[in-house]
Amino acid sequence: MDELEYWTQQIKKGRINRREFMGRAAALGVTTAMATTLLSQAGVAATPKKGGTAKFGLAHGATTDTLDPASYPDTGTQVPFWGGMSNSLTEVDADGNITPDVVESMEPADDAKSWIFKIRKGVTFHNGKDLTPADVIASYRHHMGADSKSAAKSLLTAVTDIKADGKDTVVFNLSGANADFPYICSDYHIPIMPAKPDGTADWQSGVRTGPFVFGPWEPGVRASLKRNPNYHKEGKPYFDEVEFLTIADVAARTNALNAGEVDWIGRADLKTLNLLKKNPKIEITEVTGYGHYVFPMQVTVAPFDNVDVRTALKWAINREDIAKKVFLGHATPGNDNPIAPTVKFATNPEPVFKYDPEKAKFHLKKAGMSNLKVDLSVADAAFTGAVDAATLYKEHAKAAGIDLNIVREPDDGYWDNVWLKKAWCGGYWSGRPTCDWMLTTVYAKGAAWNETQWANPRFNDLLVTARGETDDKKRKGMYAEMQQLIHDDGGVIVLVFNNYVEAASKKLAHNKIAPNWECDGLKIAERWWFA
Amino acid sequence: MTNAPNTLDVAEEAAALAEHQPVLMRRTRVERSWRALRKAPVTAWFGIIVIVLYVLTAFFAPLIAPYSETELVGGPFDPWSDHNLLGTDQLGRDMFSRLIYAARNTMGIAVLTTALSFTVGGLLGLLAAVLRGWVDQIVSRIVDVMMSIPQLIFCLVLLSFLGTSVLNLVLIIGILDSTRVFRLTRAVATNVAVLDFVEASKLQGEGLLWVMTREILPNILPPLVAEFGLRFCFVFLTVSSLSFLGLGIQPPSADWGSMVKDNATLISFGDPTPLLPAGAIALLTVAVNFVVDWFLHKSSGLKE
Amino acid sequence: MNPLIRTILQRLGFGLITLFVVSVVLSLLVGVLPGDFATRTLGQAATPDTVAAFRREIGLDRPPVERYLHWLADMARGDFGSSYSGAGSLSGNRRAVADLIAPRLVNTLFLAGLAALIAVPLALTLGLLAALYRNGIYDRLVNLVTLTSISAPEFFVGYILALFLANDVYFQIFPAISTVEPGASIFDRAYACALPALTLVLVIVAHMMRMTRASVINLLASPYIEMARLKGSAPRRVIVHHALPNAWAPISNVIALNLAYLIVGVVVVEKVFAYPGIGQLMVDAVRNQDVPVIQGCALIFAGVYVLLNLSADIIAIATNPRLLHPR
Repeated sequence: MDELEYWTQQIKKGRINRREFMGRAAALGVTTAMATTLLSQAGVAATPKKGGTAKFGLAHGATTDTLDPASYPDTGTQVPFWGGMSNSLTEVDADGNITPDVVESMEPADDAKSWIFKIRKGVTFHNGKDLTPADVIASYRHHMGADSKSAAKSLLTAVTDIKADGKDTVVFNLSGANADFPYICSDYHIPIMPAKPDGTADWQSGVRTGPFVFGPWEPGVRASLKRNPNYHKEGKPYFDEVEFLTIADVAARTNALNAGEVDWIGRADLKTLNLLKKNPKIEITEVTGYGHYVFPMQVTVAPFDNVDVRTALKWAINREDIAKKVFLGHATPGNDNPIAPTVKFATNPEPVFKYDPEKAKFHLKKAGMSNLKVDLSVADAAFTGAVDAATLYKEHAKAAGIDLNIVREPDDGYWDNVWLKKAWCGGYWSGRPTCDWMLTTVYAKGAAWNETQWANPRFNDLLVTARGETDDKKRKGMYAEMQQLIHDDGGVIVLVFNNYVEAASKKLAHNKIAPNWECDGLKIAERWWFA
Repeated sequence: MTNAPNTLDVAEEAAALAEHQPVLMRRTRVERSWRALRKAPVTAWFGIIVIVLYVLTAFFAPLIAPYSETELVGGPFDPWSDHNLLGTDQLGRDMFSRLIYAARNTMGIAVLTTALSFTVGGLLGLLAAVLRGWVDQIVSRIVDVMMSIPQLIFCLVLLSFLGTSVLNLVLIIGILDSTRVFRLTRAVATNVAVLDFVEASKLQGEGLLWVMTREILPNILPPLVAEFGLRFCFVFLTVSSLSFLGLGIQPPSADWGSMVKDNATLISFGDPTPLLPAGAIALLTVAVNFVVDWFLHKSSGLKE
Repeated sequence: MNPLIRTILQRLGFGLITLFVVSVVLSLLVGVLPGDFATRTLGQAATPDTVAAFRREIGLDRPPVERYLHWLADMARGDFGSSYSGAGSLSGNRRAVADLIAPRLVNTLFLAGLAALIAVPLALTLGLLAALYRNGIYDRLVNLVTLTSISAPEFFVGYILALFLANDVYFQIFPAISTVEPGASIFDRAYACALPALTLVLVIVAHMMRMTRASVINLLASPYIEMARLKGSAPRRVIVHHALPNAWAPISNVIALNLAYLIVGVVVVEKVFAYPGIGQLMVDAVRNQDVPVIQGCALIFAGVYVLLNLSADIIAIATNPRLLHPR
């Protein structure tokens, strides 16, 4: 395959964006006109066309779903109600950079201990009301305070105060410096909702600021949204109407796409992906996300309190084999660094852990043991394929004289009774768009979700320093050291980063697909169009 | 649960059957069986041969299967080849070997489950029919309640609570099925329990157990056997449906019900892999029911 | 008293008691499950204080007995209560269980009705023909086909139907997923439901057909049939006029059971065709431990079961003169 063809494939798969493609093409001596033709042949239209009703088949959606962003459990609510209907203060673009959304600017003050957001002019809610600081404050308060049942509550614990400053400015005061605060504001739990007269947020009405207006909704069945003619983003959205159908069964989803009853499906069936690829009318998209599957060891519990035991276990697992067999190749093997390769400041610490029973034996010996027998608690509730992955790990570890006893835990109540309780178990992180966010949530000393109980003084010092540091070069060095520390000393085994594998009719077109969440960063309704 | 419930049907049928038992000539058991077999129709012969083959496969699985059921022998989803006769599954285990081992696991589960449900349901049904009164009332009302809660929901709740081990699966399906067996047994046994010969044996001073097993049971056997034939096969379907809802038996052991589910999506592309375990179930169902039909026909007294 | 009316009253009484016991049993069962609606909804994000706030809001902090009695009191007034899940838009902070169940029940009844409309006459015809030509080629063939069709899991039957009837490789006649637009006409609905209905037909026809055949054949050895045959009636006449009337009781019983199954047990078919029926609602509720919805659905299911059983008994009595006019 020649290079031009390669880049055409890359843009088709959504791995690079249009601008990058034009750059590559120019470098290869291709004229702009020629490159544009190639693009349109590849189904990437020069300018997005408007119109049409797009139907999306989502893998999730339950009758217990709610419009309340405090508990959006899965894509069945996140994609229509956040990505389709709402905006947060900021958004993460396809390259992982933070950009303003309903704000014009975001400025740190007081060494990043407070953040000043200036609301974009002309942003209105679907009912015509202008967006004001009061709405922003109400939307954030919704997740804060003792009575909040929000899943985003722990995200905002560092926010000490939110104030309006004039008619279009909101000031967030934080308990400590945080250079990455705008990233947190892009979370799907925190869309901007109108304030009610009593100062609480009105989540019930479904009135938001986003590209589509709330329409008929049957929880767990479908949600239909109509185009918002007054949307603040120039030219967007492209579809006239979008309809989200919950099709929980993967075969039914595939059938619906094949029969043309939906234009796009999430979570494609990996088993039959090769067969689906043969359909000339269907395009498969795949991006490596931030999400990763882990086997965290509690470093306070024997034998995991010995760093050599941990290292032995890290060498004794064949991550490639698990990626290939459990995830059918649609996953990227991990290196016991929880930061996804696409995140800013991510590194790949040395030595890269590869399956090596001899090295595992060596470290086991260093720990003063000739063999080791440990329990690993798993259930498919941790992540789909956890039991299979553990079963494979058991086979791998045998060669290193390590006997893994796989304990199958019940799916129900797994997060309550097993995770954070058992010394070694399976777990899943959907990942975070910044180093700080991820590391603070899971690896900081005393964090509620510190599943490894790891408390490395150097790491914790660096974490606080880096959070307040605004010089990117200095931060880069600090984050590299922190990732190295987790890799060498931490208690987590990162199996793989998951890929988002989705399938679309070729009638649809799109730019580079965002890796921060599935469904093009959950914003597929706003970002895609009919070719 | 999976397919339609099928109890009461046979209940009424049984009432009719019980009255028309032919008088058997006194021959030795072997002699009688052989005579009956010789006269058996082709379908029954077919059924018997298939069942015998299945049982042999189950017993000698380790000898027949080229690999063990858990061994990783190839890449994921290898196609059919000389090396792996029917290809491999998602973890690279040999499909053919798993199909053979599944005979053992699946039929083991089915036999255990049906044995459990017939022991519990049959015993309670006989007791209720013989003792009547409050025993009958209490058990019948409990069974009514259990039957009016959808079986699948019952399984879902119990399995989430107890965890999906094979033992739990057998216990739960067995107990839930026993409610249907109870209804059937009670219905047919009540009709027999009032007949004179039962009365006579009671007056003779025979114990409760004797009356139940020696006087009534032989006379209600045909409907119970018919029920057994279908119940036995429905266990596979139940396991398969539970697996579809995410509560099936987990690897590494193989069973046909879960194998259908695991490979079911392939059928959407015309790939016949899932037809293999499904066919294994279908063949056994047909075979068992051919034998059952023959038995019913024999005991119905219809002379054609 | 007329035995028919007596039976009806007696069974309705028992039915009410059954419903009550079912609700108690389910409360107990759901009570012993690990976690509750709050922890299920929050999943990994469940920190102790968030869970506590959640429980306070939906009243899960009150003792279970109190919650149950409260529900029972509402129930006595005909109020199904509210789901734990928040709704928004239409009905304020909580969704009424009745609002959740009503449209789903309509969908389920429609699908069940459609399937029954095809399956029942088909099964009766096939069964009677099999009894008429018993042990012949036709009988064996029907037996083989129906036994094979009941031994395939429903979802598998559904996939196969979708492969052949909703795929442009073969025939694209019916939709692959059954989305029902609100306010769709009855024909649109029937078209959308075609594949799930066909799947259900395949699943239940075998059972009803085998029962019809068995109950008719069973009667053929009775002296009165012998008599009819000896006096020279045609085999067809013997079966339809002499055997069938006495076989109604077991046949109606099995039809009732299958109808109950169509309403209560089709969650798998609903999933395969993404059809919004009541089975999915209940499974979702069980998964999320949304107790009021579980209770509401269970009551409907139990009620259906009791009523259909009762109808079968009524038919049994009404078609049997000995029971209808006791000495």
